[in-house]
Amino acid sequence: MATIAPTPLGKDTDPAGGRGSSGTPSQGPRPGSARARNIRTVGRTIPLVPSMVLLALFLLGPIVSSFYGSLTNASLTGAAAQKSSFIGLDNYVKLFNSPDFPKSIVLTLVFLFASAVIGQNVLGLGLALLMRSANPGVRSLVGTFVVAAWVLPEIVAAFAAYAFFNQTGTLNTVLAWFGIEGANWLYTFPMIAVILANIWRGTAFSMLVYAAAVQEVPPEITESAEVDGAGGFKRLIYITLPVIRRSISTNLMLTTLQTLSVFTLIFVMTGGGPGTNSSTLPILAYQEAFKFSQLGFGTAIATIMLLIGAIFSIVYIRALKPEVD
Amino acid sequence: MSSTGTTTSRRGRRAARILAIAATVMTTALVATGCSAGGGGDSNTIKIAYQKFGTFTQLDAHLKEVKKSFEKANPGMTVQLEPIAAQNDDYYTKLALMERAPSTAPDVIYEDTFKVKADAEAGYLLPLDKYTAKWADWSKFYDNAKEAGVGTDGKTYGIPMGTDTRALWYNKDLFKKAGLTVPWEPKTWDDVLSAAKTIKSKLPDVVPLNVYSGKPQGEGSTMQGFEMLLYGTPNGTLYDDASKKWITGSSNFTDSLGFIKDVYQGGVGPTPEQALDTNISTVVGGEWLPKGKLAIDLDGSWLSGTWLSTGTNPWPEWSKVMGQVGMPTQNGEAPGVNSMSGGWTLAVGATSKNSDKAFDFIADALDKDGSMSYDIAASQIAVRSDVATDPDYADSNPSFKFFSSLVKDTHFRPATTDYSQISNQITVAMEAVMTGQQTPEEAAKAYDTALTGIVGADKTVSK
Repeated sequence: MATIAPTPLGKDTDPAGGRGSSGTPSQGPRPGSARARNIRTVGRTIPLVPSMVLLALFLLGPIVSSFYGSLTNASLTGAAAQKSSFIGLDNYVKLFNSPDFPKSIVLTLVFLFASAVIGQNVLGLGLALLMRSANPGVRSLVGTFVVAAWVLPEIVAAFAAYAFFNQTGTLNTVLAWFGIEGANWLYTFPMIAVILANIWRGTAFSMLVYAAAVQEVPPEITESAEVDGAGGFKRLIYITLPVIRRSISTNLMLTTLQTLSVFTLIFVMTGGGPGTNSSTLPILAYQEAFKFSQLGFGTAIATIMLLIGAIFSIVYIRALKPEVD
Repeated sequence: MSSTGTTTSRRGRRAARILAIAATVMTTALVATGCSAGGGGDSNTIKIAYQKFGTFTQLDAHLKEVKKSFEKANPGMTVQLEPIAAQNDDYYTKLALMERAPSTAPDVIYEDTFKVKADAEAGYLLPLDKYTAKWADWSKFYDNAKEAGVGTDGKTYGIPMGTDTRALWYNKDLFKKAGLTVPWEPKTWDDVLSAAKTIKSKLPDVVPLNVYSGKPQGEGSTMQGFEMLLYGTPNGTLYDDASKKWITGSSNFTDSLGFIKDVYQGGVGPTPEQALDTNISTVVGGEWLPKGKLAIDLDGSWLSGTWLSTGTNPWPEWSKVMGQVGMPTQNGEAPGVNSMSGGWTLAVGATSKNSDKAFDFIADALDKDGSMSYDIAASQIAVRSDVATDPDYADSNPSFKFFSSLVKDTHFRPATTDYSQISNQITVAMEAVMTGQQTPEEAAKAYDTALTGIVGADKTVSK
């Protein structure tokens, strides 16, 4: 949009300083001139404008309004519900002084690293590599099972996970066949339960991304490495991983952002409890905004989540340099 | 940038103009569709928002009856019933979200007395004084009940439907089996705990004692659980009415949390995960008590409503099996028992397009016959003098006499707009203690910090 100048132009005079311009505008642009290039740039921007407007409206808009909301005392009840007022950074001060917040950050990071970065990615890559050399029958069978979890709507997957980990659920029933008395998973190990559930649900996505990526590894490079005496592990480290680097970066970013915002799964399985033992940031934000009616405070937590997501995205993009080949 | 600007041609400018127009049109269209939420419903329809959840279906039944008679008496009017199937906090949240937008705001609202002040201040409710002034029945309502529907500005916002008290319900059959004396007469908290321990050792398959606790039960935990303890400690209270200050650092608070710890960490309560199930109140009334799986339950006077023939879990033998006894004070201090009272009201939405008819609906629903049939079905303590003294009401439920007798020793929740937020912090403290994540002292300290954050240090006093 900046190329459309704010400087008004005379009708048929070309003001001084026109870089590389030759002749008056009335003569029309010549191909190859800077002006023509500019026009081309504008012309090519036009088709993008609707999407830019939509993005601004539906992505930037909510971000700005969420940030503004976090600076108010907006509430669902009481005087602040009628007329919220600007309170500066009070919500953030309160948040950083609350003992629940650091705990929630730690839980969110644990959930993120264990279930997305390590669980879904490593398992997904492992499955993709193994399935490459598996026989077609095994491949389609495993693929179906893994993708089934991904196909389920989140709420259904959450109930399935609840039914599995619940005290009288499938897991403990199966353990009982072998005479093992299972723990009360959702209560005693809430984080482990939700992490496993999220790995189960999300691995399919990583597997599909990596299955496609490893197809792209040129077989001649792998073969020559093999001739040079590189074992399976060395081929993975020096050939496969560097080649699929960009897929790793994209996949890490997508799974991280997805996992950061997981709400339904945790809410259905543990409700963030017991106490606050599985209250990740989305659960905490929901609790403050909608259970405790403090919309402004809840929005402050949501804004922090936004920041964490942004930091992760930047780190991935920088660390894995997907644009350099 | 200026250099590129100066080279812009007419074509470029035309493109820019088209672009700008297109963008404006699009933005306008989007904004317009997004904001076109002006006024749904019309003045011939009144919308009633109320709770229908688990075993609580009596209000739904009552409103359906009133709808029939109201529509007959007011031809052309439609009553739209909007039951909200949600538990405690979720009900308040859904209600608040409906009330925020004029297009979804209900005309008549089933409103908890403890939310009246906060919601009136939020601008959700309409003052009803001009209607009650002309309503002959208004003089029949008890003054203390009317008080519960008054906002901070002194205006009436809610018409009370009934009130309640709280006490211990116990299963006489299980008590006899465990070798305990019936009728049971606990004098102190320790008596209650020791009876629970006896039951645990004699009847291991039975849950000895249920005290509602933790965040999922919301205000139910605070009132049926915590406040039934706190207000039974010596001078125990959350709020000092005289100085209008909230109490911090009180040993009564820690002691009450200590009782919760004894129940849940001492193994005489439900397991914490059972207690933290959103549906526990439904399970207690519908399953555990009728099936003899729970011996003692600290619960409300309304509990028997679900066991009547009109309820969701008819249990004709309930009046023989279940006994009621007042919750003792901590060490048996006078007056010996403690109770808490709340209750619900019907209110009119602030943006109602037909508030006259909305009030008529309330007047219809809570006239003598309406109040009486609802109070009997939902096991409410009557707030109208003509209902309370009617033998049909008094004889309809054998527990009414006991629960009405608690009214003289009952307490009310602090009547302030920030109470509901403070109540949330109490459930947080309870949950931390019952799950063993914090000691009662730590949880009380965390509560004090949160309390000061809500009301400000100048509104608290250390005791």
